[in-house]
Amino acid sequence: MATATLVPHLTWRIEPVGDRCLIIRLGDRVDIDVSQTVHAVAAQLMHKALPGVIDVVPAFTTVAVHYRAAARPVTSGSGHVSGHVSGHISGHASGHASAYISPYKQLKRDIDALLSAGVPALPPSTRVVDIPACYGGEFGPDLEDVATQCGLSADEVIRRHSQSPLILYTFFFAPGNPFAGPVDPSLQVPRRRTPRTRVPAGSVAIANGISSIYQNDSPGGWNIIARTPWNLFDARQNPPTRLQLGDQLRFVPISRERFAELLEARS
Amino acid sequence: MTHLMQVDQPGMFSLVQDLGRYGWQRFGVPANGAMDERAHRIANALVGNDDDAATLECTLTGPTLRFTRNTLIALSGADMAVTADGKRVPLNRAVMLRRGAVLAFSECRQGTRTYLAVRGGIDTELVMGSRSTFVRGAYGGVEGRALKRGDRVPLVTPQEDPLPLERMLVQSGLPFVEAGVVELPASASEPAPLRFMRGPQWRKFSMAARRAFTREAFVISTQSDRMGYRLDGPELDLKQPLEMISEACEFGTVQVPPSGSPIVLMADRQSAGGYPKIAYVISTDLPLLAQARPGDSLHFTPVTLRQAELAHAQAEQAFARFRQQAADAALSRPLTPAPAATQAVDDASFAALPE
Repeated sequence: MATATLVPHLTWRIEPVGDRCLIIRLGDRVDIDVSQTVHAVAAQLMHKALPGVIDVVPAFTTVAVHYRAAARPVTSGSGHVSGHVSGHISGHASGHASAYISPYKQLKRDIDALLSAGVPALPPSTRVVDIPACYGGEFGPDLEDVATQCGLSADEVIRRHSQSPLILYTFFFAPGNPFAGPVDPSLQVPRRRTPRTRVPAGSVAIANGISSIYQNDSPGGWNIIARTPWNLFDARQNPPTRLQLGDQLRFVPISRERFAELLEARS
Repeated sequence: MTHLMQVDQPGMFSLVQDLGRYGWQRFGVPANGAMDERAHRIANALVGNDDDAATLECTLTGPTLRFTRNTLIALSGADMAVTADGKRVPLNRAVMLRRGAVLAFSECRQGTRTYLAVRGGIDTELVMGSRSTFVRGAYGGVEGRALKRGDRVPLVTPQEDPLPLERMLVQSGLPFVEAGVVELPASASEPAPLRFMRGPQWRKFSMAARRAFTREAFVISTQSDRMGYRLDGPELDLKQPLEMISEACEFGTVQVPPSGSPIVLMADRQSAGGYPKIAYVISTDLPLLAQARPGDSLHFTPVTLRQAELAHAQAEQAFARFRQQAADAALSRPLTPAPAATQAVDDASFAALPE
């Protein structure tokens, strides 16, 4: 720990998310620096395995911590305690007839202490993943519209989307569904006004400076510019995702013929 | 021989579920798990299982099933008028069901979801540490789908000597024999409003929206499923439009998309989302919501985190006492006295159960 490089200028705010989850806020914008902090804090929390914690979930600017309150008992007025009281719960919360120690506050205190001690920085991922993507046509029905909105040709949209790697910030929406950025600023488009009722699995989409790949056939409101033949999720692998947080994703334009050759089965 | 549950009729939507698939949400994997965790846990406790043993969650119309061995089962949750060879099987009570007896679920009279626990649990494949079925992802449970006719679902084969209840069954000639009655742990009583904690965007909603949320009725829409319940009622508007960065969602999170109609996220929720969150339904009251159905009307009332935590702790204490008594009723104290030697064995296996 003494020699590890720590995440610089770490500041955070912790809030409850109902009575079985809390959230650690680590920034207020989506960018690479905040994402690296989020990943480092998530890694440290998983490494330390605090009592009662059952899931640690990094998003763009936050880390969610799901916990079982029963592992962090509440003392009631009668002094009856459900479960064992762990050593770090000191007696000086008393002074009142009813000593009440909130499971949330216990966990928050542990996390505050853990983060205050400093969080080792993760080395930036050097892994670059080339993701084949067939742009336009039925695979990218919004390509022309995006080009019009951005005042560019369709070819130029493809070039700018595929030329520089995107950092994989987080997964959600569906298993293995990646969200990566920053997308070239000249390709800044909002979500579509009317979502589609069905977006095919593998669709590569952009909105608000982020690119994603739909993992399941599902409704969706993002701008679909391409489709990848890859399947990025396999529930029977560990990890189940082909891509990893922090990966640099580079889209590689391919032809329809190549798409057909590379097409992978989905479970 | 493998212990199996034979599916003669699948019911409307019968899914294998446990307490959920935690530890994988960072890969975008939803937690899933039983919608009504309380009924799932009660059914498990009645047959002496851990909370996390897999049960069958039956929605609105249940299945017709047979078992390849005498099986200790329990039903909890919605009342679906279940019979074994035509004889009514009680809810919330362990029963030893005869091998081959036809366990038939009928119409759902009250509530929405019935949980069927079998002693030892359903033994389908673990996927990422859980047996919960995720239909949209097509994994977990039986081939990632609801039961269908002809399925043969593997059950954990008991390694123990026959329970006293099973010896009674053999002597009785009945389709099943019942364990003793156990008083259920107290729960929130029904027409009570659902308790909620204020969400992070609570103050970003208009005064009218906040007032409506706490005072007016919301009706569960037909567009509701295991992922979320859409609610019809007063439109909840923000003071001004809000750009949100997606962040954690939890079972019970009430988010409000631009339409103004709130959605309560349920067991199959996504791990993160980007709509403003007006509230979180407290965990103790989620079972009430899970048993509600489209057309039912709901009210919400605010509580503090402290109140939510105390309600949770009290429910857990009550449940711990129930678990103890339930295991006694099913395993150690049959309606007729068991031979002393077997009693000792049962006490020993009971002592190993977590409290």
